[in-house]
Amino acid sequence: MPDFKYPNQIDELKYGVRLKMMQKPSQQTVTVRRSGDETALPYRSLGSFLPGNGVGGAGTHWNGLNWRPQPEELRLRSHVAENWGEGIIPEGMNLGDYPVSYDELEPHFTHFEKVAGISGKAGNLNGEIQEGGNPFEGWRSEDYPMPQQKRTWDSQKFHDACTAAGYHPFQAPAGIASTAYVNPYGMQMGPCNYCGFCERYGCYQYSKSSPQTAILDALKRMPNFECRTESEVLRVELAEDGRTATGVTYWDEAAQEEVFQPADIVILSSYQLNNVHLMLLSGLGEAYDPLTGQGTLGKSYAYQMNGGVTMFFEDEHFNPFVGHGANGVCIDDFSVNQNDFGALGFIGGSYWRSGTFNGQPIRNMPLPKGTPSWGAGWKDGIGKWYGHAMSIGSHGSHMAYENNHLDLDPTYTDRHGRPLMRMTFNWQDNDLRMNQYMKSMMEPLAASMNPDLMQSGFKGPGAQYDVRPYQTTHNTGGHIMSETAAEGAVNRYCQTWKAHNVFAMGAGNFVQNTQYNPTGLVGGLAYWTVNAIRTQYLSNPRPLV
Amino acid sequence: MKCFLRLAGGLAVLGVVALLAFIYVPVKRTAPSEELAAGWQPEPGQGEYVMHASDCVACHTAPGGEPLAGGRAIASPMGTIWSTNITPDPETGIGGWTLDEFRASLVDGIAADGTHLYPAMPYENYRLMTEADIRALYGYMMNEVEPVRNEVETTSLAFPFNLRFGIRAWNWLALGHASGPSAEIAGTPEARGRYLVEGAGHCAACHSPRTPFMSQDGVTAADGNFLAGGVIDGWNAPALHGDGSALKDWSVAELAAYLATGRNAHSAANGEMGLVVEHSLQHLSDADNLAMAAFLKGLDGDAGGIPETLAANSGSLPEAPADAAGEATAAMLTEAQPGMPEGARLYLDNCSGCHFVTGKGAPEIFPELAGNSLVTGSETGPLLSVILNGADVPPTGKRPMHLVMQGYAERLDDGEIAELASFLRSAWGNDAPAVSAADVAAVRGAAATH
Repeated sequence: MPDFKYPNQIDELKYGVRLKMMQKPSQQTVTVRRSGDETALPYRSLGSFLPGNGVGGAGTHWNGLNWRPQPEELRLRSHVAENWGEGIIPEGMNLGDYPVSYDELEPHFTHFEKVAGISGKAGNLNGEIQEGGNPFEGWRSEDYPMPQQKRTWDSQKFHDACTAAGYHPFQAPAGIASTAYVNPYGMQMGPCNYCGFCERYGCYQYSKSSPQTAILDALKRMPNFECRTESEVLRVELAEDGRTATGVTYWDEAAQEEVFQPADIVILSSYQLNNVHLMLLSGLGEAYDPLTGQGTLGKSYAYQMNGGVTMFFEDEHFNPFVGHGANGVCIDDFSVNQNDFGALGFIGGSYWRSGTFNGQPIRNMPLPKGTPSWGAGWKDGIGKWYGHAMSIGSHGSHMAYENNHLDLDPTYTDRHGRPLMRMTFNWQDNDLRMNQYMKSMMEPLAASMNPDLMQSGFKGPGAQYDVRPYQTTHNTGGHIMSETAAEGAVNRYCQTWKAHNVFAMGAGNFVQNTQYNPTGLVGGLAYWTVNAIRTQYLSNPRPLV
Repeated sequence: MKCFLRLAGGLAVLGVVALLAFIYVPVKRTAPSEELAAGWQPEPGQGEYVMHASDCVACHTAPGGEPLAGGRAIASPMGTIWSTNITPDPETGIGGWTLDEFRASLVDGIAADGTHLYPAMPYENYRLMTEADIRALYGYMMNEVEPVRNEVETTSLAFPFNLRFGIRAWNWLALGHASGPSAEIAGTPEARGRYLVEGAGHCAACHSPRTPFMSQDGVTAADGNFLAGGVIDGWNAPALHGDGSALKDWSVAELAAYLATGRNAHSAANGEMGLVVEHSLQHLSDADNLAMAAFLKGLDGDAGGIPETLAANSGSLPEAPADAAGEATAAMLTEAQPGMPEGARLYLDNCSGCHFVTGKGAPEIFPELAGNSLVTGSETGPLLSVILNGADVPPTGKRPMHLVMQGYAERLDDGEIAELASFLRSAWGNDAPAVSAADVAAVRGAAATH
């Protein structure tokens, strides 16, 4: 298990650039293409998304933004049908309702927020709108377990501009501790010191919600718990009738051999891409075919549609080295439940946020467009603009589509001889229109803050997916939840339709992606599933639907 | 002259006889402190509980060894003492011991074969246990502990400490107190707490000072120096009452949480106290940890109310602001002027992220440095060792997190650590002498040889 030591852990070159905590493509990767008529090639150099490696995985190297979805996002097809009619749904969009409601998940969102240790301020407490919180969030039965974080200067400026514009600013919900904290398992967090090394790093301060701070040491005390590191599951083994799993076969890195581990219940809890890959390799469902629409595994892979505006102020000092991954003030005024899809011409929405989240010099040195990228001109630009830039980000929804999907690659294999998983993915007009709408609304707000310079970065019509620049590690879908076995890979309890003793955790369950960072929904679904296993499944193992 | 020689000869003969008698006349074992009713049986689990309360495991288990099978090296000023196998194995353990022999080891420091135990075994304190607890413990050791065949290394101290009969004389000094509890043990939590602290808990073994003869100076609450602070193996075991009490600013609930979990709003247990928490106190009931806390706080007067629970999973725990004594240091660190002393700068660069400019740390996770007895102790080795090598707090039932503070041996040299430690010992109202680079080098060297 890792230990995150200061200052070794905040080595930007090692972790931020060379990605020490991420999977190595030689170990595990995908092939990528943008459409069915391209040949997919291996993702040999990590860029667009960064699957984590080792104990804790993405839960260790994330930024700490912990959101619940809006209730409307979990019944989006019905929300569209009721308000505008199904006629506005673009052709090729797999728009669905989740087979579980916000109200059913609410206690599990609350429990997860306590386990993970989230800092924030309620905006909707049992239906009562709370001053200073997010008025557009779903109802919550309790306030966040820790008070909201402090504001940096950029987020304060953004807050003031939003207030002047009549928007509803609130502090981002953070899996970053604002105080010392003890969770329901007696596990602990220490207050964040705003060092700004969250994403891509483990937290040396015990401040980030992660398996290390929330649960691992508590598990170690359980007499029936064992953690085997350096062990990679290769496939789930099914019984002869294919209706249950008998266990998993894993690769023991130390012994360099395959080991069969028998199991009564198998819970797939690796990263979304790996979960889908394992299910495809193990026959835990029929692979989805976009030409026929048959099959469910690999269906409805989705991502995130993001953009932003950067502003430069000669006379402002933002101290970008002060911050944390979930720092910032947000607005939900352009979110899914606020947007008139019929009038706007798209389905979706985004939340906006402004706040320094790292001041790491190699990767975070925003400069005005046109500044040379090297040499004396670059140095002059750094001298003039370092610490004088702030940005607003738009973090937007991404729908599921017939032609964005995952399957097994016909050509490339991994070091164990297994076919790599193939990702077929491209941007779609609906989400690009949403993004352009955010641009049109964000630029006037940014201009109202009177920067000396400002520049936008929003994908527009015709944009093609580029796997090289980092975008987000919010890969979703592929083993989606569904009402019936014909539509998805798992039922409302995240239990596979194929084998009733196999459950799948994570964002692979998402019917389509929400506008938020996925962790809150992932955590809520996990406790919802665990509750179903404990209260319904253990006493009588069977398909729960 | 002849007369004188005769007298001298007579005295010599008498001396030899006395010495022979001292060595060879069998010692008397103390009788039970009370008669238990015929057919008395311990409550289920009582014996195991007494074993936990007495912290038998901490000494009688080798690192990585079977519980209670002995073999741990215990450093003493006289040399290394090896703890014995106290599982009921008949040949290498205590399987052949009678109840009377077992009792004598606890209350007289005499083993079954009549030899004197070295007082690393805290029989000065166990002497204060009830006959019922001794009987329960005996029953547990004999019937519930699995016998483990484990021949442990024989303790062989240098002359004169290898002459165990000498301990007989020492015991005349150390065992002046009657066997059995020193006061009423029931009725109030404080009474129960006193019984546990004085007896099974053997807190005085570390926290009371020692007499010139190395016996405990303060065995019961009736003694003036009881728990007035001691030094063990280079660590300060701080005073638990009085002006210099380490518990001065702690509530009963906070003290009880420290005992049960090794951490509270002020401090964290490491070193010897970490072992006590890990092997003993975390296994006691909330009521008993609260009772001990109430008794200890009561030594300085009214302890206030006793809460019903301790160490709740309490959610958000805001950190404390600097207190009056710490304000000047906090202001200096906040200003962070380039001309500040090197120790202060090193603190900002390496320590303030967790312990804050206030020196107050954060509840249950980052210990206070202001007023911390480990920081200001007469023994500087532990503070320097923590800075060099880090420290950890063991996982406990209510607080399963294994808290680790990293070491800075690779990052800071001896001179820097001396500056830093001297700053800590004088910041926020702390008032302890500076340490030198030579002090740091000694601790660094000791760690290297371990």
